[in-house]
Parts: sequence; structure tokens; C-alpha cells
Amino acid sequence: MLQLLYENLEQTVAVILFGIGFTILLLQRNLIRKIIGLNIMDTAIYLFLASMGYISGRKAPIVVDGVTEVSAYINPIPAGLVLTGIVVSVSFTGILLALTVRLYRRYNTLDIDVIALLAKGEDA
Amino acid sequence: MSFVHIILLGMLIVCALAVSLTRHLLTSLIVYMAYSLIMAVIWMLMESPDLAITEAAVGAGITSILFFVTLKKIRAIREEGSHEQAEK
Amino acid sequence: MSKRRSDWQTRPQARIRKWFQQGFTALDDEIINQISQQTIQQPEVSQMMEAQREAMDTRRYERSLALERLERHELQAWVRTRGRKAIGRVYVALALAMAVLMIFFLLETVAHMPRFGDPNAPVTNEVTERYITRGVEETGAVNIVAGMILDYRAFDTLGESTVLFIAASAVLILLRIDRRKDGTPVQELIAAESDDRHYEPRADRILQGSVMVLTPIILLFGIYIILNGHLSPGGGFSGGAIISAGLILYLDAFGFDKAGRFFTYKTFAWVSFFSLSFYALAKAYSFYMGANGLPSGIPLGTPGAILSGGLIMPLNIAVGMVVSCTMYIFYALFRKGGL
Repeated sequence: MLQLLYENLEQTVAVILFGIGFTILLLQRNLIRKIIGLNIMDTAIYLFLASMGYISGRKAPIVVDGVTEVSAYINPIPAGLVLTGIVVSVSFTGILLALTVRLYRRYNTLDIDVIALLAKGEDA
Repeated sequence: MSFVHIILLGMLIVCALAVSLTRHLLTSLIVYMAYSLIMAVIWMLMESPDLAITEAAVGAGITSILFFVTLKKIRAIREEGSHEQAEK
Repeated sequence: MSKRRSDWQTRPQARIRKWFQQGFTALDDEIINQISQQTIQQPEVSQMMEAQREAMDTRRYERSLALERLERHELQAWVRTRGRKAIGRVYVALALAMAVLMIFFLLETVAHMPRFGDPNAPVTNEVTERYITRGVEETGAVNIVAGMILDYRAFDTLGESTVLFIAASAVLILLRIDRRKDGTPVQELIAAESDDRHYEPRADRILQGSVMVLTPIILLFGIYIILNGHLSPGGGFSGGAIISAGLILYLDAFGFDKAGRFFTYKTFAWVSFFSLSFYALAKAYSFYMGANGLPSGIPLGTPGAILSGGLIMPLNIAVGMVVSCTMYIFYALFRKGGL
């Protein structure tokens, strides 16, 4: 199995990065590190998607000299999907950071456990 | 799979681990910028230049700028109240 | 962070719990009533038994109260110190175990995927063939990816621009500090402005000198990438991000007063509105022509020239303007709470 994993090295690394990002999201208590972990998860998934489109020996999908055969270019479809995903990821990060700034102004800390405790104390 | 490709993929994992294990918040942000830049180079090695230029402009540019300015807002508020370093 | 309802005592869970707790003492009371009914025929004996019963009751009650208090106190103390630590360690161990398990299962899946770089992978099917072989003659764009996301799959890009717009609105709601109706600033606005001025560079000659040289080059580069989206890699998104980076650099070096000369809220509102509605209306012709069929009157030009590709260049410009305005307004809102 290690041989198979070494052949698909990109996808292996993408999966490992996904796991690392997920662990950062679960275990870190600082809000900003959680958001960085979420971004790492996002880019790992984009790496996985875009590595589906690569075909060895072929070039980038920009038509040169009027050559329009399938055997001259890589698959352009996953690249288009990932392009949309990158922009959605950045807008999502923007909203999360705005929420972090508001939370900090309200509770004066960045620790998620302390914030949950303070918020529960206010409710009861 | 050239040697540079394998080294870059290894550096990705090292950067992702370093984000969680450092003590200061500013260090993790700069490591995240480096991670985004290495990702842009990997896109280029996989023959998709659209993704490379978008990731470089957006990941190492806009997202990192937003993170830095968030840190500034948080530290600024804390510096008025108390005089301790705003870390962790 | 859940609230307790105000009528929680009449809810079925609370009532069942109360019945459960009172049930035991109800049984005790029943037995005591039976015993006292039996001894009612002998009043002297019953009085003595009643006194005994009362003493036993009070002693039992006090003992149970003391036990409860001790238990609760000890339990609370343990929960607060050692219990929390133990639960924390259990949580960390479980989280790590679950993450490792997930990585293992996903790696198992990766081992069964088609080989990386395989030309016979199931991903490359007839859709890819259609896009590559007839992409240039149908869309007129030399960059196949740009032609794909702005002609074949243009509604995806419209959805993405909408997501950007929604994000900008959400950040506006969260971070913007308004003025009062008659234009006088609120206390919060004054605090935010003074707080921000503390960090602004005051006549920093090095920064301003270099920015005066750099910003035109950056803006020009961004405009070049947007306009050449159908001929070379790039397109609306990256070009918009680069233009916004140039504008943010200008804002950093020269302050909000000078940047406010050309970028106000009205600029942002009108540019976003016009770009998005132009995008939606311009691409609406495919509702009538169909995706595959009737020829529309849009000229495609010669592939390779800059005025080719039909609607791709105007759509690129629209997307680029939306992206640049959104990123700039993000930065301005984070810094000062307004423009």
C-alpha cells in the first residue's frame, strides 16, 4: 500500500493536510488559530481536487498555435471548480474575522472556552 | 515526480505543523503566508497557471492582510487597558 | 450556552423527575399513615410512637441533608479541578484518535484511486473533449479555463460574485460605525478614529515616496491581467485582488483623507450594483438562445486578438471591479469601522 500511496503522492499529502487542519480546528483554543486551521483544510481540499486534472506530459490549457486536440492539454474542468472555491474561502474568512473582532470587543479574550463560560454565565 | 516537487510537498506538511506548535500568534500568521506561497508554486508545477496566480494574489495577499489587520485591532484594544504582551 | 425555559417546572421532564423523587417519600408516608391508623385505637401508645417517629424522622432528614451537602460539595470540587482536567485529557486523546482514524480511512481510499497523471482516468470524459476541441470556436477565448468559467459555466461565476457581495454586506453589518442622522459623529466613531490615527504614518517619506512609484505599476498590472483574461492566465478574480492590493497600499501610505477623494461608500455601492446587474443581465441572453443551439448575435472575433471572445472581456471587467471594491472595503472596515 505504501507503493500505491507514493504513486499518488499529491493526494496523500492533501489528505494528511486535511487531517492536520481538522486537528488544529478541534484542539486549539485560540480563535485565530482555529480560523487558520479552517483555511488549511480548505486549501488541502483544493489541492486534492486540482490534482485530479493533471495528466503527465501535457501542457497548461491555453491554446497555442491552433492545436486543439485532447491529447495536448490537461483537463481544465477541476481548475475551474477550484477557482470558485478559492474566492468563496476568502470571503468566508473575512466574515469569520469580523466576528472575532466583535467577540473580542465584547468579552476581551480570544479563548473559546472562556468565552463560552462567560456567555453561559450571562444567560442564567 | 521530480525532487523539487517532493521537497515542496514535504515543506507543506512542515508549515501546517508549525502553525499549531509556535507560541506567538504573529509567527503562525507568517508561516501561513509561506504555506500559501508554497501552495501557489505547487499549482504551477501542476500546469494550472490560473490557480497559481489566484492563490498567490488571494491567499498570500488578501487573506493575510485581513489577518494582520485583525491582530492589530485586537492588540490595540488590549494595549490601552493593560500593559502586557498580547500573545496566546 | 442554552437557556433554561421560564416554565421549566411545569414541563414533563421536571414533573416526571419530581414524581420520581417524591414517589419514594410518598411510599414512606403511606406506610407511616397505615401504621398510625393501626395505632389510633391505643392513643397513649400511639402518642409515644408518634414522638419516636418524629425524632427518627428529623434525625433521618438531617442526616440525609448533611450527606447530600457533603456529596454535592465534594462532587463539585472534583468536577471543578480534577474532573475538568481529566475530561480535557480525554477530549484531547479522543480528538487525536478520531483524526488519525479519519486520515487512515482517507489514505485507504487514496490507495485505490486511479494513478496520478493517468490519461485514462475516469475524470477525463466527453465533457473535457468537447471543451478542448470546440472551446476556441464556440467561445472565442484562447484560455480554455476562462472560456469555461465565463461562457459554458457562467452561472457558477455569478453565484460566486453573489457570495462575495453577501460577505461584504455581512462585514458591513458587523463592523460599520454609523454617524447620527444630522452628521455629528458618535462617541464610538471618535474613539475608533483616534485609535486608528495612533498607527497611521505621519508624513513617512520613505513609504510615501516608494508608494508614489509603486501604486501606478500595481494598478496597471492588475488592469492588464483583467483585460487579458481570455488570452493568458489570470482573469477577473486575480486582477481584482491585485487592484485592491494597490489601493490598500495607497490607503496605508497616505491616509483616509486622500483615499476618500476617489473611494467613498457611494462608489462602492454603485460599482457593485452596476457590475453585478450587468453580469446578470448580459448573460441572460442564454435563457432565450439555449446553451447549445440558436446562434446569438454576439461577435466572436479572431481568437488571439484582444477584442475577441464575445462577452468574456466585459464580464471579466465586471467581476474584477466587484472583487476589488469588496476587498478594499473589507480592509477599511477592519481598520476604522468606516471609510
